[in-house]
Amino acid sequence: MPAANPISSVNDFVIRFANVNGSGSASANELFGRAILRMGVPVSPRNIFPSNIQGLPTWYEVRVSEAGHLGARGGIDMMVAMNPQTWDKDVASIEPGGYLLYDSTKPMPKSKFRDDITVIGVPLTAITNSTYSDPRQRQLFKNIIYLGALSALLDIDPKTIEKLIGEQYKGKEKLLSSNVHALHLGRDYALQNLKCPIGLRVQKADKVGDRIFIEGNSAAALGAVYGGATVCAWYPITPSSSLADAFTSHCKRLRHDPETKKAKYAIVQGEDELASIGIVIGAGWNGSRAFTATSGPGISLMQEFIGLSYFAEIPAVIMDVQRAGPSTGMPTRTQQCDIISAAYASHGDTKHILLFPEDPAEAFEMAAQAFDLADRLQTTIFLMLDLDIGMNHRLCRPLKWDDAKQYDRGKVMTAAMLDEGRDFGRYLDVDGDGIPFRTYPGTHPTKGSFFTRGTSRDRYARYTEEGPAYQDNMQRLLRKFETAKDLVPRPLQANAGKPTKYGVIYFGSTSPAMDEAVGLLEARGHELDRLRVRAFPFHSSVSSFIAEHDFVYVVEQNRDSQLRSLIVNELSIDPVRLVPILHYDGTPITARFIARAIGDHLDQLKVTPLRKVVS
Amino acid sequence: MTYVIKPKFHHPELPKNKLGYTHRDYEGKISTLCAGCGHDSITASIIEACFELSTEPHRVAKISGIGCSSKTPDYFLGNSHGFNSVHGRMPSVLTGANLANRDLIYLGVSGDGDSASIGFGQFAHCMRRGVNMVYIVENNGVYGLTKGQFSATADRGSKSKRGVVNSDNAIDMVGIALQLGASFVARSFSGDKKQLVPLIKAAIEHQGAAFIDVISPCVAFNNHAGSTKSFDYVREHNEAVNFLDVITGRAPIHVDYAPGTVEMVEQHDGTVLALRKLNAEYNVNDRNAAMSFLHHHAAKGQIVTGLLYVDQEPEDLHVHLNTVEKPLNTLEAKELCPGSASLEKINAALR
Repeated sequence: MPAANPISSVNDFVIRFANVNGSGSASANELFGRAILRMGVPVSPRNIFPSNIQGLPTWYEVRVSEAGHLGARGGIDMMVAMNPQTWDKDVASIEPGGYLLYDSTKPMPKSKFRDDITVIGVPLTAITNSTYSDPRQRQLFKNIIYLGALSALLDIDPKTIEKLIGEQYKGKEKLLSSNVHALHLGRDYALQNLKCPIGLRVQKADKVGDRIFIEGNSAAALGAVYGGATVCAWYPITPSSSLADAFTSHCKRLRHDPETKKAKYAIVQGEDELASIGIVIGAGWNGSRAFTATSGPGISLMQEFIGLSYFAEIPAVIMDVQRAGPSTGMPTRTQQCDIISAAYASHGDTKHILLFPEDPAEAFEMAAQAFDLADRLQTTIFLMLDLDIGMNHRLCRPLKWDDAKQYDRGKVMTAAMLDEGRDFGRYLDVDGDGIPFRTYPGTHPTKGSFFTRGTSRDRYARYTEEGPAYQDNMQRLLRKFETAKDLVPRPLQANAGKPTKYGVIYFGSTSPAMDEAVGLLEARGHELDRLRVRAFPFHSSVSSFIAEHDFVYVVEQNRDSQLRSLIVNELSIDPVRLVPILHYDGTPITARFIARAIGDHLDQLKVTPLRKVVS
Repeated sequence: MTYVIKPKFHHPELPKNKLGYTHRDYEGKISTLCAGCGHDSITASIIEACFELSTEPHRVAKISGIGCSSKTPDYFLGNSHGFNSVHGRMPSVLTGANLANRDLIYLGVSGDGDSASIGFGQFAHCMRRGVNMVYIVENNGVYGLTKGQFSATADRGSKSKRGVVNSDNAIDMVGIALQLGASFVARSFSGDKKQLVPLIKAAIEHQGAAFIDVISPCVAFNNHAGSTKSFDYVREHNEAVNFLDVITGRAPIHVDYAPGTVEMVEQHDGTVLALRKLNAEYNVNDRNAAMSFLHHHAAKGQIVTGLLYVDQEPEDLHVHLNTVEKPLNTLEAKELCPGSASLEKINAALR
């Protein structure tokens, strides 16, 4: 059933797999993405899944882009429809001229299809049932069989897939050969019965280079290992649980004493988020590098402790893998919606350091850096990931580490320094950067002990509720925050080819979509200077960037333009100068969305002046 | 509450311990609690216990929550680091601190509001995990700092100072600690230093989760007729099952009691507790028996005190996690960071 104008595209299309959660489709779908990568063509896969273990619909979307666009694109060129529950919607979502691959074992009424797409039937159930008798095998190999059919339809090199299967089942020969067999069942059927390839094709290229394919949560966890984290306390919550799991498996591999086999780390699954952050703060107080991984609801529960960390000045790292709120919200959908609640977490006057990684590589670097910053600044550092970066494999530059690098443990007064007669005031600013010295418990028999409390105290940690002493301390905390501006990662600016009056500010997982949108906007005749904010507090270059432009778009994935509010509030910017571009339906932001929203806004400004029209 | 500044001079012949320290070296700032507060007696017992054990003050970390009891760590061991943390969250902070450095002694001080109400969950979970610590609840059945509300340990039927009768069932912290697997469980009375000091010493020596519930009357809000946590009531209803008389370090012990009345309890690290049994049938090594004994006597209105349970082979959280002997907070980059060569291998596996 070919369509009149089938889409024809090499190395540039979006394919979506509609599956049932728990049906074992994930590994087959991942094989599909990896095979294309091995052919040298960049892909960006995304899991779209419900809060469910088995039974509900789940989708896996792969964007194939030789040009290297890694953001979600929007629109589906080919649907692999394996889930009857979502059939109608899935079929409706295909772009005109697109393709539908389905299980044709049972005949379906014509009304279930569309005329403007190419429908490709493969009798998957019939093939599996005639080959396998075990129900579980039927289920699993069905996925590999459609992968085989796709390899023929899209011209994917079967040898590449076989090699990947070989790596996956190394040492398990039986599984290996049965998977390869299933692959060829599907491939042979397609080659013999269908027109191969279709209009969508994969062709070998050389556009992947030395890049790696990793999930942000795993990369951040690895950053924690490299950054010297020794204590991790966490409570399970989607989409952050896989970060703690990854930390556990990285530590098992990388952090055991080779001789004694003992662990150079401690991981505790807390009874809740309060206990998790309490353990982190106790460990930080006692001189260990500690972190927790959580999501928005966890941040809400940790508020009181975060205020203590700010006021009593205790290092802590919180990795927040953001999801759509409020409340349970959409727990398996992505957003950048905890910016305000993290920046101003807790009661009273508080402000916290936030880091915004754009991809797994930066998640790795910033996770490691967060521990240096926490020790240096003696406060909570938030690593603001989100589900889109955290739970999806993303192509990114290889992870790098400089072996000459030492950890920055910040201002720690040692027993020797105390014996030299150094004046120790736990909250005494000795050099104007707002950061005092601290001592670890157990340092010295008679010097350097102090009583840590959330209650007001003087520069020598003595309890006081005298107004001037309290204000003196609060002012010092502001000075410390000023110091932080030059320690956190700086914003990155990329100017348009031509001078322009307009700018755009964006951050985090919006990055690839924004990069791509710039090209789309240029095609519409709009030039934009770009500034990617990588941390809060904002570096002075954020103010100057805004000052240099007539107005600046602020692109973010939440309803309330949270980053924009933070910029307005902290940099005293006239809100009129900042135009919010907001995407918050739970799907990752796309280049198409950004280009349309900004393009339409700029088009209005280009309206020919009335005088010119009249004359 | 007293306003005098604590004088620094002391009697030249004050007794010294093995480290050459006097009692004064184990004291802290002057208490800001009410005169006659039971908590101050507990503070004095902690000072005495640490003095007698010749504990190095700076090797103790004092951690508390919020409330009258939680203020007391400022009043003892002035050369120790202290952490007056968040209401009901001392157990998690202590757990984290303990994970960071297994070599210090962790002294958690909490109250009945802090541990039985807002922090009941954290209390339960740190006991389950077997954190190596001494966990003291200074239990007065009442919220002192906020002026006299019932706490969750107030007995059903007891009367508040304003005459309100408590209709809620009481939480017995000792019973809960036993059920949750604490490996050292005791109860005492702030007014009974003879019983309390050896219990604190034994708890410090114990290498596991040690819990002591100390009934500590609140002179301001819970020391009246009708209260079951008043000095008079506790004295009248105290049912001591045993007394610890002697605690030796690792030296041989000499006790001159009649045979049969003293039980020697050797702990895993070699310390020996000499237990003078008041109740011949009571067995400190039987968790289940301890629980039924408690219930039986509680029904009779008796408050059972003494060493109620001890596991002589306790395991702590570090054993469960198989952590290295060296404190985690002393590990450096060369011990923690796998380095660039490992990272190259990781990169290669991700292509």
